Amino acid sequence: MKHKTFLWFMLPSALAMLLFIALPIGSVFVQSLHIENEKVLIEVENCVPLGGCTKETVVDIEASARLKAERPLGVYNGFGTYTNRNHLATTEIAQFWRNSDSLGAFAKQVYGLPFYKALSFTLAYTFIVTPLVIILGFCIAVCVNALPRIFKGLAIFFSLLPMMVTPLIGSLILFWMIDSRGVLGKSLQVLMENPDLSLKASPALTWVMLMVYGVWHSAPFAFVVFYAGLQTVPEDTLESAIIDGASRWQRVRYVVIPYLMPLVTFIALIQLMDNFRVFEPVVGFSAEASATSLSWIIYNDLKGEFQLFGSAAATSMLTILGVAILLAPVLIRTWRDFKGAKT
Amino acid sequence: MSDALATRRSAPVRIVLLGFLALWLIAAAFPFVWTLWGSFKVQSDFFSIQDWTNAIWGVRTEIETGSTFTDDGYRGAWVEEKFGLAVFNTLIVTLCVTAISLTFGTLGGYALSRSSYNYTFWILMTALIFRAMPHITLVSGYLLPFFELNIWGYLSTSIVVLVAINQPFTIWMLRSFFMNIPKDLDESAMVDGCTRFQAFRYVIIPVMWPGVITTGLFSFLLAYNDFAVTTMLLSKENQTMVPKIASFLGSTQQEGNVMFAVAAVVSATAPLFVLVLFFQRQIVSGLTAGAVKG
Repeated sequence: MKHKTFLWFMLPSALAMLLFIALPIGSVFVQSLHIENEKVLIEVENCVPLGGCTKETVVDIEASARLKAERPLGVYNGFGTYTNRNHLATTEIAQFWRNSDSLGAFAKQVYGLPFYKALSFTLAYTFIVTPLVIILGFCIAVCVNALPRIFKGLAIFFSLLPMMVTPLIGSLILFWMIDSRGVLGKSLQVLMENPDLSLKASPALTWVMLMVYGVWHSAPFAFVVFYAGLQTVPEDTLESAIIDGASRWQRVRYVVIPYLMPLVTFIALIQLMDNFRVFEPVVGFSAEASATSLSWIIYNDLKGEFQLFGSAAATSMLTILGVAILLAPVLIRTWRDFKGAKT
Repeated sequence: MSDALATRRSAPVRIVLLGFLALWLIAAAFPFVWTLWGSFKVQSDFFSIQDWTNAIWGVRTEIETGSTFTDDGYRGAWVEEKFGLAVFNTLIVTLCVTAISLTFGTLGGYALSRSSYNYTFWILMTALIFRAMPHITLVSGYLLPFFELNIWGYLSTSIVVLVAINQPFTIWMLRSFFMNIPKDLDESAMVDGCTRFQAFRYVIIPVMWPGVITTGLFSFLLAYNDFAVTTMLLSKENQTMVPKIASFLGSTQQEGNVMFAVAAVVSATAPLFVLVLFFQRQIVSGLTAGAVKG
């Protein structure tokens, strides 16, 4: 295809991405270097009849608004927002490092900082849910594949539901069920013989709950991909494995799994990207007390009356950096493949 | 694996497989059945302090409303809270996003599938990075400029943003579908004197519908399921369903309000069920398009 034709075909799509993905990243970066304008304070004298006068400092709303209109971005702050207590907290960490006597105590103190708390949950979620999704998806695919033909459609229909449902709605549905007054929460209390058991109250159980949701939500995706892959496993290889005396397990281990390996890479890539931005479950499960994610703290800065654009932007930049690190191995590999394919 | 091989499994293995599958299917379907059933009860049954079986039989529902089923939740959500307006907004947003995404995406995807220069690779890689970007990080970049330009809060703004966020995924998927349409088809049309665009319009478009429908489904789902963009970029009166449901939660402490949310959740999930029911084959083929064909 000629360059010029390519350009015209690509233009609408490229323009949309440039304007609303590339440009906002730039805008986020600029925002992250600024902090909100300080409030303009004025001293007013309050005089009450017979009570005398008191001096009081209040926010001059009018002047503050004027300042905001003048400098919507706020004041230039350099990388100050990145290093403050709510983000990388460099001073605090250095202090913790000096003052804590064991690594455990240090880790605990660091976990108390909002950014690191969110980062640890996000990473734990990403790296625990992703492998579990792959394993569960594979097991379901093998099971469905063993079903008689007429039941397959029905099994696929039901298996797809957790993935198709809106993430926020899916997490709400589960949240209502594991409420201590809901069906699952109540059953767990009976099973554990502990009438006070509440999944919401314990941080550890909240983490488990969110991850169970994550696996439930994403397993169908892995299932469908593996299921389609299973349909194309070469018949001859399986036959010859049987003739060579391979047991059922050996056939799965040495024929089917190696054949599906490229699919594992594909699912892992998609899942790493999707799980790293975990956000809706934290909102749906109201889990922010025990588990926050990077996306959630950005959301938290942006909602509410006083939107902390600078703070949200700094977290966003750090999150984008995280995505880049996560994707780097894949990108390098694809680049090598691409160069290899050309020569 | 063919049925011939599948039937060779021994009985114990079959039982284990079937048992595992049964467990998974219950885990996948039960929450929906339970919530659908519970949405016709009162709150003290759905969240029962005494006995969870109340939610099945509707004991308190009968005492409070005189029947074991009640549509109070639905009435509350649709009439009092005007959920219908949110449904209407969702309809506008999803339809526009799907239509525009597909128009842009087919053009871009076609170009990417027919060009083999270096920049094709770079565009695809950039799109992959964009695809990985958490949506909320982009939203934090939109807010301030949108406030300044005075375009915050409108449906059209959200539509444009969702189209853009959709693009990386759409062009990747459509490209893999176009790769399957033989190049000879449009090249022979061009030998016959068509321009590139005419070849695309009269030769490619008629044969690309399966891929477009599948991609359209996923664009639709992305717009329908979005929370991060719509909750931050829409004003209260323009809210779509998902942010609306989230805003129910803020004011739930009142008795009965939770049931509004439950009813709204069921209402918002119903269209997805229908979608999966009718388009199961396309969804499966779409999910595997990127994977199996590389």
